[in-house]
Amino acid sequence: MSLSSLSTSSLSSGQLLAAEAVSVPGIFNMVWLIPAIMAGSFLAILFLSKRFRIPAHFIGIPAVVACFVLALGVAGSWISYVGDVADSHGGDALAFVDGDSADEVALAESGGHSSGPGESCLEDESHSDGDDHSDDGDHSDEESFGTVDAPPALSFAEEGGEGHVSPCPIVNQVTWFNNGGTVAEGGSDIQIGTMVDGQSVMLLVVVTFISMLVHIFSTDYVKDDRRYTHYFAFLSLFTASMLFYVLSSSTLQMIVGWELVGVCSFALIGHWWEEKPNSDAALKAFLTNRVGDIGLLIGMIILYFAAGRTFDIRAINEAATSGAISENTLLVAALCLMAAVMSKSGQFVLHTWLPDAMAGPTPVSALIHAATMVVAGVYLIGRLYPVFYIGFDIAGSTINPLALVGGITCVGGGMLAFVQRDIKKVLAYSTVSQLGYMVLALGVGAYTAGMFHLFTHAIFKACLFLGAGSLSHACHHSFDMKADMGGLRKVMPKTFWTFIIGSGALAGLPPLAGFWSKDEILVGAGVWPGTGGNGTYYIPFLFGMMTAAMTAAYMTRVIYLTFFGKYRGHVTPHESGPRITVPLIILAVGAVFVGFLNVPKQLPILGSRFGLWFEEMVEPAGIATFPTIDHGKPSFSLAIVATLLAVGAGALVWTYYSRLYAKDSAATEYTDSFVANNRLIRAGHTLLVEKYYLDHLYTGAIAGSTKGWVAQTAQWFNKNVLDGFINTVGTGTAGFGRFIYRYIDQGTIDGAVNGAGLGASESGQILRKVQSGRIRQYATLMFGAATVLAAVFIIAV
Amino acid sequence: MWLNQFLFFAAILFCIGVYGVLTRKNGVLVLMSIELILNAVNINLVAFGAYNQDIGGQVFALFIIAVAAAEVGVGLAIVLLIYRNRRSIDVAEADLLQG
Amino acid sequence: MTLLLAELSQTEVWVTNSFFLAIALVSIFAALKMVTTDNVVHAALYLLVVLASVAAVYIILGAEFAAATQVLVYIGAILVLLLFGVMLTRARIGSESDLDHDQKWIGAMVAVIMAAVMGYSLWEGFEDAKLPDDRIVQGVEPVADTIFSTYIVPFEAISVLLLAALIGAVVVARRD
Repeated sequence: MSLSSLSTSSLSSGQLLAAEAVSVPGIFNMVWLIPAIMAGSFLAILFLSKRFRIPAHFIGIPAVVACFVLALGVAGSWISYVGDVADSHGGDALAFVDGDSADEVALAESGGHSSGPGESCLEDESHSDGDDHSDDGDHSDEESFGTVDAPPALSFAEEGGEGHVSPCPIVNQVTWFNNGGTVAEGGSDIQIGTMVDGQSVMLLVVVTFISMLVHIFSTDYVKDDRRYTHYFAFLSLFTASMLFYVLSSSTLQMIVGWELVGVCSFALIGHWWEEKPNSDAALKAFLTNRVGDIGLLIGMIILYFAAGRTFDIRAINEAATSGAISENTLLVAALCLMAAVMSKSGQFVLHTWLPDAMAGPTPVSALIHAATMVVAGVYLIGRLYPVFYIGFDIAGSTINPLALVGGITCVGGGMLAFVQRDIKKVLAYSTVSQLGYMVLALGVGAYTAGMFHLFTHAIFKACLFLGAGSLSHACHHSFDMKADMGGLRKVMPKTFWTFIIGSGALAGLPPLAGFWSKDEILVGAGVWPGTGGNGTYYIPFLFGMMTAAMTAAYMTRVIYLTFFGKYRGHVTPHESGPRITVPLIILAVGAVFVGFLNVPKQLPILGSRFGLWFEEMVEPAGIATFPTIDHGKPSFSLAIVATLLAVGAGALVWTYYSRLYAKDSAATEYTDSFVANNRLIRAGHTLLVEKYYLDHLYTGAIAGSTKGWVAQTAQWFNKNVLDGFINTVGTGTAGFGRFIYRYIDQGTIDGAVNGAGLGASESGQILRKVQSGRIRQYATLMFGAATVLAAVFIIAV
Repeated sequence: MWLNQFLFFAAILFCIGVYGVLTRKNGVLVLMSIELILNAVNINLVAFGAYNQDIGGQVFALFIIAVAAAEVGVGLAIVLLIYRNRRSIDVAEADLLQG
Repeated sequence: MTLLLAELSQTEVWVTNSFFLAIALVSIFAALKMVTTDNVVHAALYLLVVLASVAAVYIILGAEFAAATQVLVYIGAILVLLLFGVMLTRARIGSESDLDHDQKWIGAMVAVIMAAVMGYSLWEGFEDAKLPDDRIVQGVEPVADTIFSTYIVPFEAISVLLLAALIGAVVVARRD
């Protein structure tokens, strides 16, 4: 439902002036301090801690607490600022729409509320200096579009003022360097700076909050670590990178932050690099992310040129929203960026690094999974949402790549979580699954739901991860639920209860946080009768419902294996100290209450106070940098059905495990007759244990076959070109014969495998001779090659 | 005077230098051949400087002379080190890079 | 840049060219002997001839300061250093048999091909480019001015490089 149909007359300039009259709080221009503090903390820990024997957390914790306080200040200013802007728009807008009641009725019937693109955000909020502003080129379009087609604050009239008008993002940037003159000359100003809007403020708070708790948790968890200082230094840098990324005002800056986050996660996952699996996991995370980075770079470059040579996020979003960039360009850019999202946010087929990333210390896992690394991808979608929204034609379609990948990920990840013995791996796959949920939400056009789920998920997943850390702390640093845990609810009551709350929130049981966000996503799919919304996404909705049931089921399994039954470990477990349990309790309290921030308006008591409060704060509406989004209408019956599904699945699993362990306390799924005797189930189980054979595919099939192919090509080249050239024709012919033989022999698998290995070793033997180590020979080759190249250039040019 | 007469002269010296580098086994002789190459380049620079009426060519020739001095110093130090370790300065025997 | 210019007569041009031809021939001959002789000390002495000829070419081109530096640094310092190197490594004055590799023809081939490529491209590029007929003198003063104004940064970089090379040479060659 587009609002542009409503705009029968253009808006007077007085209204725009009224909107600008709201003064911007000064703190928004100081947000750069927050990442700067963390970066300073990193340097301080690195250079001062060892030398002056200051414990690293004496530097890290004050820094992160300061950041958290600042972030809270920014959030508070943002909240009041949003209110001021809405008020300044409110009166005019209501009066304006009153005269058009026919359309208002039509809107009410559509069952949702809308927010439309409005005034341009590009110049009125820009603090950048310099006359040759890089956005000048495409600005005139936006302005006319913003003022004529879609007056801001129209949505105020519907459903008792449910809609809202957001302020423009507050951008504060400086010119980093000029690239080839003005836009007219084909160059552009590359600017860096901070961008404050609902999305970045939300993540600012989340990142600093989780990071603060992780810092505190870590002081106990890694207290005797061999690289304590190094650990805290990288924790600081990790936080700083993420904050830098979150506050980026240009896509170029986002790339920098994105890579910084990747590097820090590499360092932290490989924190205990002396053990081979850990360094392998770090490498895997890094290399998998490289795959996506190619997409990121290409996508950003496409957007740079498409939006008229600018990296400015607002300019790109405005150009995408207004239709200045063609839909096909946006589609290509969105597909490229999606590759980046798939690698960073662990979407299916590129998610394999994420469970392996558990090799790092547990608090780091919490930080990676809850607040930093993996949400970077989801954040990217949110940041450039118009690109995805228009590019994938999210409004009004029934399926799109984003929703599909998200749906497959949430189901695939959830199923993998069933067969893990390692509690952290279960949580990791559940993160994969939940990230799929967020991507699905964004894919079906439920922007706020996706962001809200990111927000709540960060809190309860951090709670669960730190809980797992506490468990392993008690059980002699083991994460194996089958071998070393069980029956821990009596000895670790605090961990138990916080874990239960976290799991409930993750499973989406009312009234915990996860319930509200999950429900909004399911509503957003627009399939359930009476929900409306963007398009009708049947398949993603189905995936979403399945995941809702599965999440409850595998979390029940974890809880049963960990806290119930008999204790199976060898050391005496004990409750963790206050530095571990206090963050857990804080997070558990959060997991109970943060869901209320975005309850439906219709809900009694809470609805009037907090109804859609989060949406008002986070989702841009009525400005030109964001597309018109239709929101679904909450459905009571859907909530009941989803909850019943979750509870039912949980109960089923509970029964299964009680029955299993009642028979034999050492039983596992592997020994269970139900799994062992049914061939289909056994096959499915094996498939899951082998992680859909994706790792085999990557390392064995793709890397292996490429290696073999390269080796064979090299061998062919050696045998037929080099040897034939240097040796007699006879040797060359013989080599050619062998080559033919090998290719015929390839009919059998054996031949192929042997051939590849033999080829690699033989070509190695031949290539070895080239590598004589004789400097003269190298010099001859170099000079000869240079001469040949020079000759080629002379002839060619 | 043709510009090319200097350039051809430099080119011939350069190629002789390259031949020396490629065929000599004695480390010191290799260094000498490198000096030949550098001199050829210097002639080019000075000749172009004169051709373009620009003093920069000569200035860079001077810089290259300085770099050549540094290069010979380090190069001879390496040759001496090789000699001390292996009792020979045959560069063909220095094949520790062999794969 | 102030270049001191003086008109050259046809005779003077002819004489200069003759000088250049003689110098070039001597130099090329010396260079060839240098890379083929089987006496290391002789090779050093042939190198001296080449370096002196190059200095003479600099004078023909009017680059007096470069010529002076060539004589001072190359002949005075580098050549002596090389002779020291010869003495320290293999103190035999006289001919040796195995100074060359067996496969000289590869090097020769590369050198000849390279000469052909360069000769062709030079001929194509500067077929009838002529130096100014006036005698060009790029004296010391403009060189000094340029080094200490336009090229001050490379100059400083070179001095740091020399220092680094000095330390490097000492570290590498030190007995310990």
